[in-house]
Parts: sequence; structure tokens; C-alpha cells
Amino acid sequence: MYEHLETAKNKDSLKRVVIDPVSRVEGHGKVTLLLDENNKVQQARLHIVEFRGFEKFIQGRPYWELPVLVQRLCGICPVSHHLAAAKAIDQLVGVDPENLPISATKLRKMLHFGQVLQSHALHFFHLSSPDLLFGFESDIQKRSIVAVLNDFPDIGLQGVKLRKYGQEVIRMVSGKRIHGTGAIAGGMNKALSKEERDYLLTDIDQIIAWAVASVQLVKKVHRSNLPYYDHFGTIRSNYLGMVQPDGALELYHGGLRVKDAQGDTLFDHIDYCKYNDYIHEEVRSWTYMKFPYLTALGKDAGWYRVGPLARVNNCDYINTPMAEIERVEFKAHSSEAMVHSTLAFHWARLIELLHCAESIKALLHDADILRLDEPVKGERRFEGIGVIEATRGTLFHHYQVDENDIVTKANLIVSTTSNNMGMNESVRQVAAEYLSGQELTEPLLNNLEVAIRAYDPCLSCATHAVGKMPLQLELVNSKGDIIDKLVKHDTGQIERIQ
Amino acid sequence: MTKPVLVFGYGNESRGDDALGVLILNYIETHFSLESIDLLTDFQLQIEHALDLEQRELVLFVDASVKSDIAFEFTQLKPMRDISFTTHAISPASVLDVYQTMKKTTPPPCFLIAIGAESFELGDGLSDNAKRNFAHATKLIDDLLNHLTIGYWQLQCR
Repeated sequence: MYEHLETAKNKDSLKRVVIDPVSRVEGHGKVTLLLDENNKVQQARLHIVEFRGFEKFIQGRPYWELPVLVQRLCGICPVSHHLAAAKAIDQLVGVDPENLPISATKLRKMLHFGQVLQSHALHFFHLSSPDLLFGFESDIQKRSIVAVLNDFPDIGLQGVKLRKYGQEVIRMVSGKRIHGTGAIAGGMNKALSKEERDYLLTDIDQIIAWAVASVQLVKKVHRSNLPYYDHFGTIRSNYLGMVQPDGALELYHGGLRVKDAQGDTLFDHIDYCKYNDYIHEEVRSWTYMKFPYLTALGKDAGWYRVGPLARVNNCDYINTPMAEIERVEFKAHSSEAMVHSTLAFHWARLIELLHCAESIKALLHDADILRLDEPVKGERRFEGIGVIEATRGTLFHHYQVDENDIVTKANLIVSTTSNNMGMNESVRQVAAEYLSGQELTEPLLNNLEVAIRAYDPCLSCATHAVGKMPLQLELVNSKGDIIDKLVKHDTGQIERIQ
Repeated sequence: MTKPVLVFGYGNESRGDDALGVLILNYIETHFSLESIDLLTDFQLQIEHALDLEQRELVLFVDASVKSDIAFEFTQLKPMRDISFTTHAISPASVLDVYQTMKKTTPPPCFLIAIGAESFELGDGLSDNAKRNFAHATKLIDDLLNHLTIGYWQLQCR
């Protein structure tokens, strides 16, 4: 592996390459590469430069505010936070998942499928398809969704409409496209009307057809250069994800399963309320983002990846027919028990997108989604833990409240944090293989971003104002002098500053 | 039924001055009849928002701007492709470009109020500057929504 590139032995004599911030990921990140005199990478790190203070934001609030409040943590996956918080506050009012009204469970699942569908569509069609369709080192002007719309109009339009459909599912179930209040403690506050159900049914077959086509597209791209796609940024890791009791893929509620790089099951059907017994988080001085690991394996061997690649690798089957066919083919393409290719995240992501589309159709034909049951309550508790498989991976919300219903302690492990080590490892692999001894060019730097982007990281959340998100590249010598600097402006222009 | 005027205020209410766009929507909701005005909000702009421009006669985007030395800027937008396509969020001009690319036709007249902002921390309220800028911007909002014609809006552009 590439752990030896996390910390260089003789840092003072090295040149520093800084990519700040990483573009096409949510929020701001920074990649630093320390090069020796021969331009060989001696150290590579992905830094998270913003401290988010999620827990501080939540503490001191009444628990019933949480499902709405936490949506503001993230502009990309508000529904995931909404549902994880809802599951946690169910417990605060004494309701375990099996006691939630069946109609509420199904409506929440539908909301979640809508969220995952639209978010996966955003990532693949808007952020990654330009790289995949035009090539990682193509002209920067080509690497945009508008170029995709121009050159592949059908694919571009399908991406827009898939995302729109997922947003409409969210709007119908929660009442709003964002900041909806669908889930409340012990239930839901809204069911689907027949008109809303029929509206969503109108397009679902088309959505499934596009989802099928998107899987075919990503397979075609992946297979067009199989050695490259299977090798680029690829690392061998443990994988963590949720499964149903019979081992099926599960996104809303189930037990945790961990498999190692050889495909052996290390833990299975773990009650996520005991996550603290299995997962610890390490703090490292050079980044704000923690490094979670499996306690039983220790810091060095216990890191793991989450998200579509982990979930599709870990599950025994998928309970929707078309996605299951694709899962079988996905697993069969690898000569190993697990698919480790970082770029296979894209393939796995679209299998999940298809699963979501199929699942939405099944739920739309289920009369339970038209029924609004009264929220249920049980014996009051002072601690609640909610875990779901969010778009990017397993998401943990853990709250403690006092007798006045005020949150006194909150702990969140977001998916991107779980993938922190994986992203760093992929950066090191790409840096070691593609940058050493070569001139720093924008396409080369994009290779690094491609590796990070495959994880669909969410590094910060929802701050965006006119004029943000430039890309800056600096080359600094061992004395701290900037010897080269590239700035990618928000107009797309790249300027070399002497 | 689609209303002829769309006001799209975007940003995150819990991130300091990033709330400005959403707060303008709240202001409109309490000060104007919404018979002919649709209000739409989101954390950030994405390409599917191009579909929200369909069948509109006037569109107003409202956002916080990192140009903290201005109270606000009011401009008419033209379709423009920019690097913001490569992030999860895109600019309003890019939304117009997506519309044009998808629909093969010119987008409806679209304008942007960019309100000066300086603080975007999670959990913070509006900064003092942003509060002042918000007050200035609402005067323009009053003026624009009382004169729903392209010509009048163009005259107000700076």
C-alpha cells in the first residue's frame, strides 16, 4: 500500500505542491504533495481545511428540532441527515425501528430512495461523466456537464431528468424539495396523496429505463480500458455497510457488516447502537477530519471504506431484479472476491441508482404509502442513535439529551469521514504513479481530483456564494518560496502567476 | 400552473450571511401577493434548476455575494459557461446556459440580486453588514415586484 507516503522522513528538503481547493467535490479540500529533487513524491496528503463544528451546532437545541436542523449541515445530502436524525429521535421517544408504523417506514424509505437516486445522478452525470466520457486528461473546456449536453445530448438530458425526478420524490414525500419535515419522532407527518402517487407513477418506467441505460454506459466506459479502470487509484481495504437480516443490500435500516479485502466477513449484523464498541476515531495533527477505524484491527489495519462500492461488495444480493443482475455481473468482472477499483465506485453507484428506481416503483404500488398513521411513542430515553446508509456511505447520528429535552451531546460520523483514509490512500497511489518526475499540468492534477471525486466526498456543506470555488496550485521549494503558481478562476481561465 | 414570475433565493439559512437569499423570499412572502409570483429555494443551484425556468416571463435570482464591499448588485444575466460547472453548485448564468443547451432556445429574461456578505460560519446569524445590505436590497425588491416588466427591471440594472 501507500501508507509510507503519509509522512515523509526529510520534509525540509522537499518541494511542496498544493492544490487548493479541490474542485468538483462538495466543499473545500487541499492536496499537498511534497516532491524531492527528482520530482518523486515523498509525501501526499488530502487535507480538510474547514472545521465544521457540527456537534456544537446541534448541542443546546431541543431534540425535536433535529430532523429539520441537521438538514442544514449539508446542501447535497440533507435528506440523509434528516432521516438519520429522525431514527435517533425515534429512540428518544422510546420507539425502535421495528415499532415504527409500517406506513412511516415505507414513506421514509421512499424519501431515502429519492435522495439517493438524485444524489447519485448528480454525481455521475454532472460531476463524473465529463471525465469518463471525454477522458481524464481531456481539454478542461470539455470537462463539464454542458459539454456532455452538447456532445451527448441524450445522456446529459437523462442526467438532468433523473435528478429532477429524485427531487420530485423528495418534494412529494416531505412536502418540500429541501428542508422538508416528512419524518418526525415516531412516524411521519405526511403521507402521499393519490394524486402525488399518480404523478410519480407517470414517469417511473422512463426513469427505470434511463437508470438501466446509465449502468450500461458505465460498464461500457469501464470495460473500454479495463486494466486502466481496475488499476487507477485502486487500493485494497476493509468495507463497512448495512445489510438486511438475510444479507440483502439495505439503505435505510439493518445490521452492520464488515468484510476484509479478501472478502471474509469480519463482523456481521452488528447492532449499530453498539457502534462505539467497534469503531474508534483517530485524530491526526495535519487535518481536521478524523480517521475512523475498526477497534479490533487497530489503527493501521482497521481503516475501511463505505459507500456504494462497499455496499455492493458486502451484500449477498439486491432485492430488486434488474439491479441484482447488474450486481452479479459487477462482482464477476473482478478476479478477486471483492472489487477494489476506486473507479468502480461509479459502476456500483449506478447499480444502486437502478435499485432505487426499482424500489420507488414498488413502493408507489404499495397502498401503505397513502396512509398516515399516528406517530407512536414508548418509554422516554435519554440517548438515541440513528444510522442509515447515506448516499456516500454509512452515516451515524448519536445524541444525548437531558430531562428538559435539550441535546447535551452529539456525535456524527459522516460518510466522507469514514472514507478519509481511503481517499488519502487513493491520492497517494495516483500521486506515486502519475506525478513523479513529470511536469505539473492541469490534466495531471485532474487525475488526483478524479481519484478523490470517485468517492463523491462531501468535505464541507452548503456554503456557496457568488465568487467562490477557485482552484489554486502552488509549487513551493524547501525554503518556502513559491516557485510556480497556477490559478483556475471561476471563469474557467487558468492563469500562471509568476 | 406555472406562474409567470419566479424568484429563486438560494443559500443555507444556518450559515450566517449565506441566508440572505432565503431571507429575501421570506420578506416577499410577507409583503406581496403571490398570485403571479412563484418562490423557490434551494441550498445551491444545479443544472436541473434550468427546468424551473420553463414558461416564465421574468426570473429573479437572489444570492449572497462574497463582494462584501457592496450593498448589492443588480444585473441582467446572460447565458455563460463557467468553471462553476465543475462543482456541486453552479452559477445562475450557468443555469441559463444549461437551459439554452437543453431547450435550444433563449431562456426567459433573468436577473440577479447579489447581496454583499462576509460571514458564512455554521450556526451564525447575519453579520451587521449583511443586515444593512438586506435592508437596502428589500427596497429594490419592493420596486421590482411593483413593476413586473422587463423594461423597468433593465432600467434598474447597475
